[in-house]
Amino acid sequence: MALTRRQLLAIAGGAAMTSVVSGCGGSTVPTIDTGSALGASYDGPPVTISYWHGFTGGDGPAMRDLVDRFNSEQDRITVEQNTINWAQYYQRVVAAIHAGRGPDVGAMHLEQLATQAARQTVNPLDDVLEELGLSAEQYPEQVWNAGVVDGVRYGVPLDVHCLASYANRSMLQRVDVSQQPRTGAELREVLDAMTAAGLETPFWMPNRWPAHLMFLSLLWQFGGEPYAEDGSEALFDSDAGVEALSWMRQQVEDGYSPDNVAVDTQYTAFKNGEGAFTWDGIWQVNDLQAAAEDLDWGMAPIPTIGEKPAVWANSHHLVLFRDRSPDDDRLQAGKAFIRYLTEQSAAWSGAGMIPARNEARETPEFTDSPQAALAPAIPAMRFLPSVPGVPDVQAQTLETAVSEAILGRLAPDAALRDAAGRATKLLQANLDKFGR
Amino acid sequence: MTTTQTRDDASQDVRPDPARGTPGSGRRPHENRDAYLFLAPYLLLFVAFVIAPFGYGLWISLHEYDYSLPEKPWVGLDNYTGLLDGTSPYAEAFWDSMKATWIFTVLSVPLLLVLPLLVAMVMNEKFRGRNLFRAMYFAPYVLGVAVVAVLWRYLLDSNIGLVNHYLGVLGLPSDTAWLTSQPWAWISLVAVTVWWTLGFNAIIYLAALGEISPDLYEAARMDGANGWQRFVHVTLPGLRPVLLFVTSVTIIASVNMFGQSFLMTQGGPGTETRTAIYQIADTGLTNFNSGDSTAMSMIFSFFLMLVSVLVFFLFRDREPEGNRR
Repeated sequence: MALTRRQLLAIAGGAAMTSVVSGCGGSTVPTIDTGSALGASYDGPPVTISYWHGFTGGDGPAMRDLVDRFNSEQDRITVEQNTINWAQYYQRVVAAIHAGRGPDVGAMHLEQLATQAARQTVNPLDDVLEELGLSAEQYPEQVWNAGVVDGVRYGVPLDVHCLASYANRSMLQRVDVSQQPRTGAELREVLDAMTAAGLETPFWMPNRWPAHLMFLSLLWQFGGEPYAEDGSEALFDSDAGVEALSWMRQQVEDGYSPDNVAVDTQYTAFKNGEGAFTWDGIWQVNDLQAAAEDLDWGMAPIPTIGEKPAVWANSHHLVLFRDRSPDDDRLQAGKAFIRYLTEQSAAWSGAGMIPARNEARETPEFTDSPQAALAPAIPAMRFLPSVPGVPDVQAQTLETAVSEAILGRLAPDAALRDAAGRATKLLQANLDKFGR
Repeated sequence: MTTTQTRDDASQDVRPDPARGTPGSGRRPHENRDAYLFLAPYLLLFVAFVIAPFGYGLWISLHEYDYSLPEKPWVGLDNYTGLLDGTSPYAEAFWDSMKATWIFTVLSVPLLLVLPLLVAMVMNEKFRGRNLFRAMYFAPYVLGVAVVAVLWRYLLDSNIGLVNHYLGVLGLPSDTAWLTSQPWAWISLVAVTVWWTLGFNAIIYLAALGEISPDLYEAARMDGANGWQRFVHVTLPGLRPVLLFVTSVTIIASVNMFGQSFLMTQGGPGTETRTAIYQIADTGLTNFNSGDSTAMSMIFSFFLMLVSVLVFFLFRDREPEGNRR
């Protein structure tokens, strides 16, 4: 058959179009699909899946070990991991999934689950819990429930991590104190004893990270809530919020903290032996072990300054991503990998985290770790509500208000009132946006 | 600069020549075609990477656009009117960031125009070690913004930074909060930016200074001009073509400031050093509100174009065409 030049071009063009379309996947939006049921082990053809997470700190090597072990313990699934700084992770994941080039499995902070579900990136997992061998009684209640958004489960918990109080033990000994203070009054007593003993500025108060985590913990301790449960309103300018933030600023005014503590300064100072206490995330354990060898430090739950114990906490959840052209083998392999990781919870203690699974917290891997001291605080752990867009709103409003007040540029009530007003506007806009 | 100079000379040679007629009128079609062919490679890139994204951005700005959500409703000019009349939740943050951008530009551009000129004039003298000094002043420019910003963030830290430490050693006040209080945050950002980019402008000035004919200085001296008069009547006019370039490039760079405040102050204290680009990136890339952020970009570009036109107007050729020196 003879073809004219025009016909040939048409065919070539059509072929090119088809390859473009199929290359980008069958659908233009990510499709919900959790694959066919997974048996005792994956027995499909050899498959390579990609796993994205943001464990860039002291938790990175621990995750790498887990992935290596999984890859060597069976020969049908190869997991390729990609580590992306959390700050960029959530933008990249959304872009990759929507471009049809996303990963198969990922780790995520729980307060991101609602946002990611709205952005159509994660698969609902209710129907596959049995295949994964997971059920509610294996986990602390609030951690398990935190993986649910609007009645649908999108993540399964890997760990919990919270704010902790780190203390320089040699400084505690100088004022004859053997354990960390448990209440605001005790803390003040110790701080007074220290300043009297010539230890200046024993408790550095940062104005940025992790200042807002300290604020949230205290807000909950004083009986407040940062946001309405349905995400329609910011409530952090309540009396409880003002009390919490005033207490933080007070540490500066009473001279327990230097003024103008910039980003990371309080932690660097603590590592260098300045400052007796610092509140930071438990993930710093690895860094302190590795980089502060001659520092004698200990960790404990943060003291109860307000009316009841409460501490900001977060949790890494494992998710199964959607795909524009789902592949059953990759989905099954992904589930097998998630199952493996949740079973290996105890080994994950090496990352400085508290394993989410109850039984893993009774293993020597965890009980011998420094963060085991925090396990009793699990009932007091509080999480941000599962509302789409909350993390973004918080960064623009609550965090700057906390900063302004701690720097003494605005009174706590004025800073919070202004920020809460803006936050409510943004939350309302988000409700419209995500509610469509 | 050599190129600018030659082009000026060439135009002087060509324009008065009556044989050529007015440009364009006598051209045959294939000359036009050849011109477009020569322009084609650049035009193609220009269209693909500037015009097309600009048009797409304009299109996005007319929607409430979040690419990860199924619905991207058309909102017409709402994104613009919301920012202009303050009803958008981002309006306040956006105009604050525009103000911050303005403050930074007003503070940094004069310094970045004057200081490099002084440095270039010193470098233009003949003395031992001249090349070493030239390299030293240019060196920071080769560093990336991340390196510069993180370096200075630690140096300027109010409690554990070296700057305050050495001020204390010298008996000066050592508790200045360089990055967390005003006006120090602006002063630090401007100073770091000047330190970082001074070398680039200095090199351009230096090249232009080398192009000014020594004869002109000699003639000025013969006429009895002192140093200041030689600077005003010989050096500055000689630098004029380069000044336009340096001024526009410096303004554009200052208006686009992002990395320094992102890394050194996190936009703080509060949100006072959050620049327009910072706000746009945050709104569009971190929070996925592409509609709002492209509308911000368009308003921002509009102001930038206005400023550019103003600069060209200020540096325009004031003398009639025929009377050029």
